[in-house]
Amino acid sequence: MLLADRGGLLVIAGLGAPAWDATDAGDHPLTFPLWGGMGGATAIGLGLALAQPDRRVLVLTGDGELLMGMGSLATVGVQRPRNLALVVLDNERYGETGMQPSHTAFGVDLAAAAKACGFSSSAMITSMDQIAALRDDIHRAEGPLFAQIKIAADKLPLILPPRDGTHLKNRFREALLGKAAYFGR
Amino acid sequence: MAAHWSQELHQLLRQQNVRQVSFVPDAGHTALIRLCEADNELRAVRLTTEEEGVALAVGAWLGGDKSVLLMQSSGVGNCINMLSMLSVCQIPLAMLVTMRGDWAEFNPWQVPMGQAVKPVLEEMGVLVKRADREEDIAPLAEGALRIAYNTFRPAAVLIGQRLLGAKTFDN
Repeated sequence: MLLADRGGLLVIAGLGAPAWDATDAGDHPLTFPLWGGMGGATAIGLGLALAQPDRRVLVLTGDGELLMGMGSLATVGVQRPRNLALVVLDNERYGETGMQPSHTAFGVDLAAAAKACGFSSSAMITSMDQIAALRDDIHRAEGPLFAQIKIAADKLPLILPPRDGTHLKNRFREALLGKAAYFGR
Repeated sequence: MAAHWSQELHQLLRQQNVRQVSFVPDAGHTALIRLCEADNELRAVRLTTEEEGVALAVGAWLGGDKSVLLMQSSGVGNCINMLSMLSVCQIPLAMLVTMRGDWAEFNPWQVPMGQAVKPVLEEMGVLVKRADREEDIAPLAEGALRIAYNTFRPAAVLIGQRLLGAKTFDN
């Protein structure tokens, strides 16, 4: 639902379940799914948002991934890109490594941290009823906006995106930049 | 008098169409950071840790921007895993590293990482050159930018501590 009618939305999907979930919603050249670089999804989204100020950028990541790069919340808070949204799918688990509880299972409040770092809005989402409004905010609201969605810690079938990083980068840049992806200076 | 090397680097960043300059501050980069922050054509991004700058460069390049990462030698250690993305995705980045633990160092805690910078970067697939004379900094940085952005890989220039002047903690 979050990725419904995505239009020109640029998506960075953090490693693990967020990348599988983004792929389940439809593999797309303007989704850059990560297979590594844990802790880097937010900063990747920031670099992209600064490079493309007229496009909306969504970072879709997990609680464990964000916990590894929490400093990037502060870095985003200083830059304040209006076109960036950071959505954390929080199952309170490290899903890829055996469902070990993450810090959020013990009450660490990522939404409060984002607010303290200067995000323009920060929401804790616990109901499907709130998702349609969040989808609209991702496309329209003045960022940087943050949402932490509490999700069930289910083990679902893995819907894997392509693994070749160079392919993922090239298809993203070609879809966004056209020929300049290869011939720009 | 020749222009200070920081001014030469700033001119180089403009000539090469660099749009994002990220940094964790270091004394050696003070003048360049100030020049970048005063330049409306460049986005200066202060980081909490250097690995954010590697990730920022990935996003910048996805969006068509060239970026440069400024850091001290100790910051190289913070980047190691994130550098994997540059090699696996063939993403360019130029890094300018001011050295500590390198020459006449006062602080023993700087030495292990300072001595490991070159092999660590090279093990992670980064091309490394080293400047020990002021007049070499700008040409080596230009070479790093060109080889990085023409051949889609990371390149670093290490700026030697002897050139920068060793920190002494004298009052």
